[in-house]
Amino acid sequence: MKKHTLSVLVENKPGVLARISGLFSRRGFNIESLAVGVTEETSISRITIVVSGDDAVLEQVKKQLNKLIDVIHIAELSPYDSVSRELALIKVEVDTTTRSMVMQIVDVFRARIIDVATDSLIVEVTGSKGKIASIQRLLSQFGIKEMVRTGKVALHRMSKTAADTIPEKLQKPEEE
Amino acid sequence: MKRPMAEITGAEALIESLENENVEVIFGYPGGSVLPIYDELYDADIRHVLVRHEQAAAHAADGYAQATGRTGVCIATSGPGATNLVTGIATAYMDSVPLVAITGQVPRPLIGGDAFQEADITGITLPITKHNYLVKDVEDLPRIIKEAFYIASTGRPGPVLIDIPKDVTTDTLDFTYPQKINLRGYIPPKSADVKHLREAAQLILKSERPVIYAGGGIIISDAAGELLSLAETIMAPVTTTLMGKGAFPDNHPLSIGMPGMHGTKYANYAIQESDIVIAVGVRFDDRVTGKLESFAPNAKIIHIDIDPAEIRKNIRVDVSIVGDAKTALLRLIGLVKESQPRTDPWLDRINKWKQEFPLQYKKDGLKPQYVVESICELYPDAIITTEVGQNQMWAAQYFRCTRPRTFISSGGLGTMGYGFPAAIGAKVGVPDATVIDIAGDGSFQMNSQELATTVQNNVPVVVAILNNGYLGMVRQWQELFFEQRYSATIIEDSVDFVKLAEAYGALGLRVERPEDVKPTLKEAVGSCKPCIIDFIVERTENVSPMVPAGAAINEILNLE
Repeated sequence: MKKHTLSVLVENKPGVLARISGLFSRRGFNIESLAVGVTEETSISRITIVVSGDDAVLEQVKKQLNKLIDVIHIAELSPYDSVSRELALIKVEVDTTTRSMVMQIVDVFRARIIDVATDSLIVEVTGSKGKIASIQRLLSQFGIKEMVRTGKVALHRMSKTAADTIPEKLQKPEEE
Repeated sequence: MKRPMAEITGAEALIESLENENVEVIFGYPGGSVLPIYDELYDADIRHVLVRHEQAAAHAADGYAQATGRTGVCIATSGPGATNLVTGIATAYMDSVPLVAITGQVPRPLIGGDAFQEADITGITLPITKHNYLVKDVEDLPRIIKEAFYIASTGRPGPVLIDIPKDVTTDTLDFTYPQKINLRGYIPPKSADVKHLREAAQLILKSERPVIYAGGGIIISDAAGELLSLAETIMAPVTTTLMGKGAFPDNHPLSIGMPGMHGTKYANYAIQESDIVIAVGVRFDDRVTGKLESFAPNAKIIHIDIDPAEIRKNIRVDVSIVGDAKTALLRLIGLVKESQPRTDPWLDRINKWKQEFPLQYKKDGLKPQYVVESICELYPDAIITTEVGQNQMWAAQYFRCTRPRTFISSGGLGTMGYGFPAAIGAKVGVPDATVIDIAGDGSFQMNSQELATTVQNNVPVVVAILNNGYLGMVRQWQELFFEQRYSATIIEDSVDFVKLAEAYGALGLRVERPEDVKPTLKEAVGSCKPCIIDFIVERTENVSPMVPAGAAINEILNLE
């Protein structure tokens, strides 16, 4: 099924995430990943959601999200005009013989080691889903004790902003 | 500590705000968390109607809203009071009814601690409200109420819940009611897209077999006049959904009644044979469309709706117009008014279907359809509410509405127990109207405690119980699809409705013969008292015609 990346600007208020995740579950939409954080404007958060589904599903996802009062704006980010990253922290088992091998792999992937213990390392890696999957596969031969990864975060390339893509966002709502 | 003159409590601010919104009546039930609010209501100018169960408060506010076009308001205390509103809120959400539900909440320091009568009502109502609020600061209260009424009543209307902790209602603020709304995430569509309207007009001008499929959106948008004008301009037959009943006069020659599962044969045949369906303020509900893949197989579909999410939600659409029905129809009429309709052969065909397959029933014994027909004959201008089940379908089939806001029913959620409290709300909103709840003996028992409300508040509504001693619609399905195994649907002799009415101080009447139907109806309405009429009808009468669930709408069973 096709995957789509949505960049959703929402009011930075309690309960907004529950509104969005609740909407997805009750309408039967599939979330592949979801990442939330406040934006440069502190009253607004950006949620990056990866959804899977055909075009009809995507259309409904966007329209239903738009009906939420706390959703200010939705943009679909295509891989061509946006950049995206995921981040993973991977705790790898090592001993004196395998530590240098792990460090070599870390170098190749331009990842970083951010914690060292006698029998383990924590590797920080950012990149695409595919890159993270690759390093995970390579590190698994040494034994992955545990790992954590964020959902995808993404932005439009160049000077374009999400808000630019919808003029009505900038309009003041009309008086009753 | 002396309070500065300008400062008022949250509870006072709430009442002031409601007065600013011109609220004339609230349906509610008091309790611990809303004591400060009820103390303010004690000498407010707003009428309070005390119900006997909070569910009825929500339904009454819904009925009030549908009868008057204004926003209905209900109030309940925290915990069980709030959860009892849930069915009523969900009912209003499915039928796009403007409602503001106010609930008490435990004081802020206790929230999250499983305090006495605490329930997370904003969490519970997330999927069944257009929006909801938990008021955490008394300073926000006036703005939130302003926003709530705006959101509830604009765009596609719906319920908005405001949860107010008890200590917020006793905190003080310097009150001013905001004049402006600033909601950057909510901009209801206003005008309709002209380009798409032109495309729609082109399709209509080429059409030889058009059908207009009109729903509740027409009534909400106050567009019945425009609908009539469009239909007469292009000479197209009009089918109105359950929620759209009253949007087009049922006695108009172009009316073809209700579509779908228990719709008229001629409405369903017309849709299936049409070359264009003009859908306005409808949502292609499964009870209308039957099997989606076979719905209107030869037709182009024009869909006009104010909610963009309804477009292509269920069905392919050839031309979509997002906007207010009234505005869209007005512009559409302008684009097609020079046309020369070529629909005469089409209307001839439809009239033949009407003659060949009329709505009918065998007139032996006391038939529920006859009761509905009699109500319609005696009180054609009455506001009718219905319960849910066979009573609802017979009311829809045999009560011929001529005006919007006179047929009030739980369409989307199908809530048994809706009709009686909705009738109370309608009568409070339109006191001069004759208000009759067409009920079943099953549904009525779900909220019969509201007899106390009608008597105490002197709200003279008539409940016409079509008493067959069964949960009739379920029984009908068991008869047809479950080998007549009447599991848990037999409720005969469970209650003496005449005595029940009398126990509450209402009028109770019983009818067992057809010739007594009309005199008894006259007695009930003439009494100007809350009244139950217990019509002992033929027990196994079925609602006909019927399209089985999941079948195409021209695969119709005849059950007469």
